[in-house]
This record gives sequence, C-alpha cells and structure tokens, in this order.
Amino acid sequence: MAIRERKARTGAIPEGGMADIAFLLLVFFLVTTTIDMDKGLGIILPAEGQELEINKKNILNCLISSSGAVLLGGEPVELKDLSRRVKEELRENDKLIVSVKAHEKAQYDVYIEVLDQLKLAKATRISIAETE
Amino acid sequence: MKFRRKSGVESKISTSSMPDIIFMLLIFFMVTTVLREYSGLPVSLPKAERIEKLESKRHTSDIWVSKDGLISIEDKLFNNDDVRHIMYEKRAADPQLTVSLKADQAARMEVISGVHNELRKADALKLNYSTKVKVPN
Repeated sequence: MAIRERKARTGAIPEGGMADIAFLLLVFFLVTTTIDMDKGLGIILPAEGQELEINKKNILNCLISSSGAVLLGGEPVELKDLSRRVKEELRENDKLIVSVKAHEKAQYDVYIEVLDQLKLAKATRISIAETE
Repeated sequence: MKFRRKSGVESKISTSSMPDIIFMLLIFFMVTTVLREYSGLPVSLPKAERIEKLESKRHTSDIWVSKDGLISIEDKLFNNDDVRHIMYEKRAADPQLTVSLKADQAARMEVISGVHNELRKADALKLNYSTKVKVPN
C-alpha cells in the first residue's frame, strides 16, 4: 500500500470573526455587570453640639410610637395622610421644622416611611430628635 | 476642462486591528467596574418613593444593621460605641464621605438612633438611608 503524500495545506485561522467574538464578549460583560447604584433617602445630620433654640411655634412634632402609630402635633394620623397634613401645615407656616421623634422600640420601616412622606410633602427642614 | 477619471484606488478601512480595540475596551470595562467589596449582613431594606442616588461609590461607606441590632462595617461586627472610632478614621481619610445605612426594615429605632449619635460624634454627617424603590400607587 502506497503512502499518500500529504498536500501542503495552509493552516490559517480566519481572523475575520475575531472582532465579532470580542464584541460579543464586551456586550456580555456590559450586560451582566449590574451597576448596583445605591439609592436611598439622604439626610444631613446636625453636627455635635449644634443644638439650636427654635421657637415653639415653628416646630411640628411627629412622634412614632412603639406600635408604629404616628402622631402629628399630638393627633394620631394615618401614614398615607401624613404628607397631605404636613403640606397643609407648611402652607400655613413656611418656617416650620418637622421634628421626627421615634420610640426606641419603634420599627425602622415606619421611620423611613415617615421620612419618605415628609420628603413627599417637600418638607426640607426635618429634625431627627433622639429617641426617648 | 476635462474631468479626470478616478483612479482605481481601493479605500478600505483596515479592520485587522478591530479585535485589539475591542479587547482594550473590554479590559477597560473590566478594570473600571467596581465589584462589591463587602457582603454585609442579610437585611431586607425598607422601601421609599422619594429616593435619591448616591453620588459616588468611592465616597460611600456602608453600615449594616440587622434586625437583631447587630452593626457591621466592612464585614466586622461592632458595638455601638466603637462605630465612632472607625467612622472618624474614614471621615478623616475622605472628607466627602457619605454613610450609607443599610438597616433592616424590622430594626429597632434605638439601634438606629445609636448609630446617629455615633456618626454625629465622628462628624460623619452625610447620611443616606439605603432603601428600595417603592412604586407609587
């Protein structure tokens, strides 16, 4: 049996598809990297020892009880009515500072909800009182 | 005036360096993507509507507060009174520091309030309560 002579073949890898492959990789990485931007409610805490005396008339107390009930200026208020009520109060007195005070056993999500409602009411002066 | 006939010069953009460019882009994106550094505590964040984005991940430091009142910074657990030291150092290293508080929605306000006080003592006053997006109904 005669051994056939091999043909001299040129073994070049086609480079035309290379760009496509690289593009595909790029798109894959772009799609899969989730840029999880942190989102949340921003607030600036008052500096230490910077307690200001504020006229009682300009303070609206917002209390959160341990059971999650919200008192606005002494009256119980539903969470979903809070922004409307605060808006009304702000219309009467635009110097109003809303002071949020939470019971130490109160839940954080109620507090966040209250802050959210205050932001919804465009109350820019929010004071975080220490828990009692 | 006679118009000259166009010479048959082939004007093709060379595509042979295309993969190199794309690979460079790929490497650029891979390098610049900041991966999550710390795993934190398992928390279910509260939801809010009026949220804002944190400006930059590089000027952000996370504090996790679980529903049992555990406080974790950079995957180490801290007592409430020790938060001020680490936050003070961070604040001194980066004056633009924003603290992102990732607290569980069932956390107690006494813990949150404790963190508030510690942050005030550490002079890290820019705080962001990390929340999820609530769809307004």
